[in-house]
Amino acid sequence: MTDRSDPLLTVDGLSLSYQTRQGEVQAIRNVSFELARGSALGLVGESGCGKTSVANCLMRLLPDNARLSAGRVLLDGQDVFLLTEEEMRLQRWRRISMVFQAAMNVLNPVYRVGQQIIEAIETHNVEPTDTAARERVARLFRMVGLDPQLMERYPHEFSGGMRQRAVIAMALSCDPDLMIADEPTTALDVIVQDRILRELKAIQQQLAMSIIYISHDIGAVAEVTDVVGVMYAGRLVEMGDTADVFQTPAHPYTAALMSSFPSISGERRPLTNLPGEPPNLSDPPPGCPFHPRCAYATDVCRTEYPPQVKSGSHWAACWHPLDVTLVPQS
Amino acid sequence: MTTPVPVGPIPTPEFEVELGRGRVRFVLARLRLMWRSFRSGWGIFMESRMGRLSLFTIVAFALMAAAHPILMAFVWDPATYDPVTGYSFDQVEQPAPPSWKHPLGTDPLGRDVLSQLLYSTRSEFVLGITAALVTVGIATFVGAVAAYYGRLLDAFFMRLADLIIALPAISLLIVLSALFHLNLFYLALIIGVLGGFGGTAIILKSQALSIKVKPFIEAARVAGGGDFHIIFVHIIPHLLPLALLYMMFTVTSAIFAEAVLSFLGLLDLRMSWGIMIHTANTGGYLLGGTRYWWLIVPAGASITLLCSAFYLAGRALDEVVNPRLRRRND
Amino acid sequence: MESVSNTPEAPNARTPGSEASDGEPLVAVHGLTKLFPVGAGPFRKPSSFIHAVDDVSFQLGHGESLGLVGESGCGKTTVGKLLVKLLEPTDGEIVFRFADDSVAPAADDPWDSAAIRGRLLRSFRRRVQMIFQDPYESMNPRRTIYDIISEPLSVQGMGDVQYRVDRVLEILTLVGLAPAGAFLFRHPHELSGGQRQRIAIARALVIRPSFVVADEPTSMLDVSSRTGVMSLMQDLATELGVAYLYVTHDLAVARYMCHRIAVMYLGKVVELAETEELLRNPLHPYTKALLSAVPVADPGRRRQVPDIRGDLATPIDPPSRCRFYERCPAATERCLNHPHPPIEEKTPGHLVACYEV
Repeated sequence: MTDRSDPLLTVDGLSLSYQTRQGEVQAIRNVSFELARGSALGLVGESGCGKTSVANCLMRLLPDNARLSAGRVLLDGQDVFLLTEEEMRLQRWRRISMVFQAAMNVLNPVYRVGQQIIEAIETHNVEPTDTAARERVARLFRMVGLDPQLMERYPHEFSGGMRQRAVIAMALSCDPDLMIADEPTTALDVIVQDRILRELKAIQQQLAMSIIYISHDIGAVAEVTDVVGVMYAGRLVEMGDTADVFQTPAHPYTAALMSSFPSISGERRPLTNLPGEPPNLSDPPPGCPFHPRCAYATDVCRTEYPPQVKSGSHWAACWHPLDVTLVPQS
Repeated sequence: MTTPVPVGPIPTPEFEVELGRGRVRFVLARLRLMWRSFRSGWGIFMESRMGRLSLFTIVAFALMAAAHPILMAFVWDPATYDPVTGYSFDQVEQPAPPSWKHPLGTDPLGRDVLSQLLYSTRSEFVLGITAALVTVGIATFVGAVAAYYGRLLDAFFMRLADLIIALPAISLLIVLSALFHLNLFYLALIIGVLGGFGGTAIILKSQALSIKVKPFIEAARVAGGGDFHIIFVHIIPHLLPLALLYMMFTVTSAIFAEAVLSFLGLLDLRMSWGIMIHTANTGGYLLGGTRYWWLIVPAGASITLLCSAFYLAGRALDEVVNPRLRRRND
Repeated sequence: MESVSNTPEAPNARTPGSEASDGEPLVAVHGLTKLFPVGAGPFRKPSSFIHAVDDVSFQLGHGESLGLVGESGCGKTTVGKLLVKLLEPTDGEIVFRFADDSVAPAADDPWDSAAIRGRLLRSFRRRVQMIFQDPYESMNPRRTIYDIISEPLSVQGMGDVQYRVDRVLEILTLVGLAPAGAFLFRHPHELSGGQRQRIAIARALVIRPSFVVADEPTSMLDVSSRTGVMSLMQDLATELGVAYLYVTHDLAVARYMCHRIAVMYLGKVVELAETEELLRNPLHPYTKALLSAVPVADPGRRRQVPDIRGDLATPIDPPSRCRFYERCPAATERCLNHPHPPIEEKTPGHLVACYEV
């Protein structure tokens, strides 16, 4: 097998576009990152910034009108897009699983919740017998904080939080190396969200699993991830250790996102109002996509896409980084 | 999975509304808007082969209906060509097969079949469209009112609808026409009412129910809108496209019902396609097989063609009205 | 219920309406209750009731903004709908005192919500408006922006077309949509979420109401457009002297929008205080749990685990004891054996419904 120190996931120069009636929408442009084994990566950004498209690329769950124009996705050194559909089907759930935004749509309303997870386990031959599979589901249920008795219930008997837990149990059912959680708590109340975030964190550490946590909620991402990437208009504009990025944001967009986020703790500081709207992805502006809304924009921002400035693992794509310790690479 | 909609500032308006002063420009802008939405709907309708075919057929029949009075006034001698009182003295034997003078031959009473066919077309249109308007008027109103008020009113209308559906319409029409002298207008009314209280009202009601629970209805109430305002401004406009669709189907059934009743000789009409076949039948010519085809085929084919044209027009309208069907054709 | 509070002074610069000269509150809610029958039919008695709002009392001053915060299903939206008369209460009273009573009833007369109907309802609708949560569903997709914003004016029969167009253009500019003329004949689906919510605000304010119920107006917006809408609402509140009941699940948003916050749990208001006081010094165990459950965008900071057990209980025929009993970390024998605690003033302006505070 591969070396443990190799990254589990390498995304290299990924570009994806959708063909629509309005023309070609460039959903992801030249996104590259690596994810180490057992670490948690967060992707933050507003809706339409391409974070869900990245997840769908990794799962290779793309609609018909999507076109991968460049780049590779390497999972354990293997290019996901070179696999056949059948090979990919086996990879999903076993190697890489996903928790979707709408938990209700994932669970089939006419089957018992436990049975649905057992089926997922059995199709992937993770457990030899039905009894073993059943025991496994019971174990998973306890892990996500559900009573194993609930296996015999139907999805509609579950509350929103319970459903999301069941979906997480399902995503964990085949011991994946990587779990992608796409806004898993957005529809939930804060107290339930808090519990699920804590459970996710604990499970991730316990199973030494990698996780990609996608959210627009900076607070939630800050709490569960080790590394965070900020996306804007299909681009990854800043990335680094979560602590670094949120304490000393380098990209003006990250800074604006953070200061427009109301917080209940600390002093009541005024919120920054980010003017304008995200660009139209079928006709993105030249240069840095953020320049029309950026307070620091200069002529060079309007014409040329900025190079990476870097300090250790923290980098940003900006001509005028706010954190001056980040310097251009030679 | 949804394709991300390109987000961004709204595009430059196609028509800059500089509404400084004046009601005229205001009305003009509104008309232009209506014209634009009509054009886009028209485009979708004409894109479908069913739409083009049905429109062509309906227009052809309309031209036929319009041609009759002109022919009678300028070309045809009323004594010979009147659809009811005319008699062709040139023919030795009646019915006579098609000839130059009588392109579709004559009927057993020596009348010109083409003249009868063209003359009847007009009444078929009048009958079909009047019946459809009555149906749609009643069904839309009943559907909207039953859905909006619910409770007793709803229960009353819906049981009435069930009753009408359960009644065999054609048999009822036979009884009614035996008891009363039904002319074209009364027939249209009766067919309209029977059609309107049936399935159409129930379908429109279910559509209205889905509109009633939308937040914009509550918004209209908060704005101060009364029941009348909400029903006529917010609910009924949403029912009209679907109502138009069912109107097309009602035209079909009205023409068909007329044909059946006329064939049985129960209607007090001057001339119609059903009466043409009835005349052939009472003379015993239907038993002659294909020998007297000109007595049956023109009227029979017209009934079939016009009915299917309206039906296909309805199906094509369905694609305009129903975005779910439209998307498939993209 | 001896639980009515005085309207306290606003905590910060945005001083609420000084024009309420006699100090009477704009809205006084007393013992408000709304029960929804379960399993009722035309000829069947309901088997049980959902206690959506149960004996809620509060007051709201002129130009003040009160946050109503709670989890989904706690009844906060129902309170909002009762106040704008989209629903009729099962019990309790709502009294409005509008500052500019030029129409009817006579100046300074209180408006009893239960008595408002017919013509009075129309003039009530001029004074009380609502902003809805969903910027996509709360607008009729077939109507143009002009139709949507001018609807309150046109159904009230206010002015002619020219007057309405002028009002609409004016309010469009006020909510930051420029050039206003370019928006008049667009349809809602042509606009972004943030722009739509600005249209919704414009619709609510075009008639210049005194009081607006805002039901989660920013919860479906992205972070960057949310701040814009929030500051717009604040600016307009000051400029037009509007009072808000701000219904939200997000304490952080309420902190920025509201002078005072009321926390609801299962149909009951459990705590009500000035915003900063509530956040710094929460007294009710539920408020404490709610506050500690909000994630913090500061990786260096560890939150404490919210001290709360179990899941949200059902609001269907709840037992008469404290609604929070099952989940409460501080519950005692007294909480079990006594009815739901009345909401009482523990420190000036800080009301809590708990025996153990």
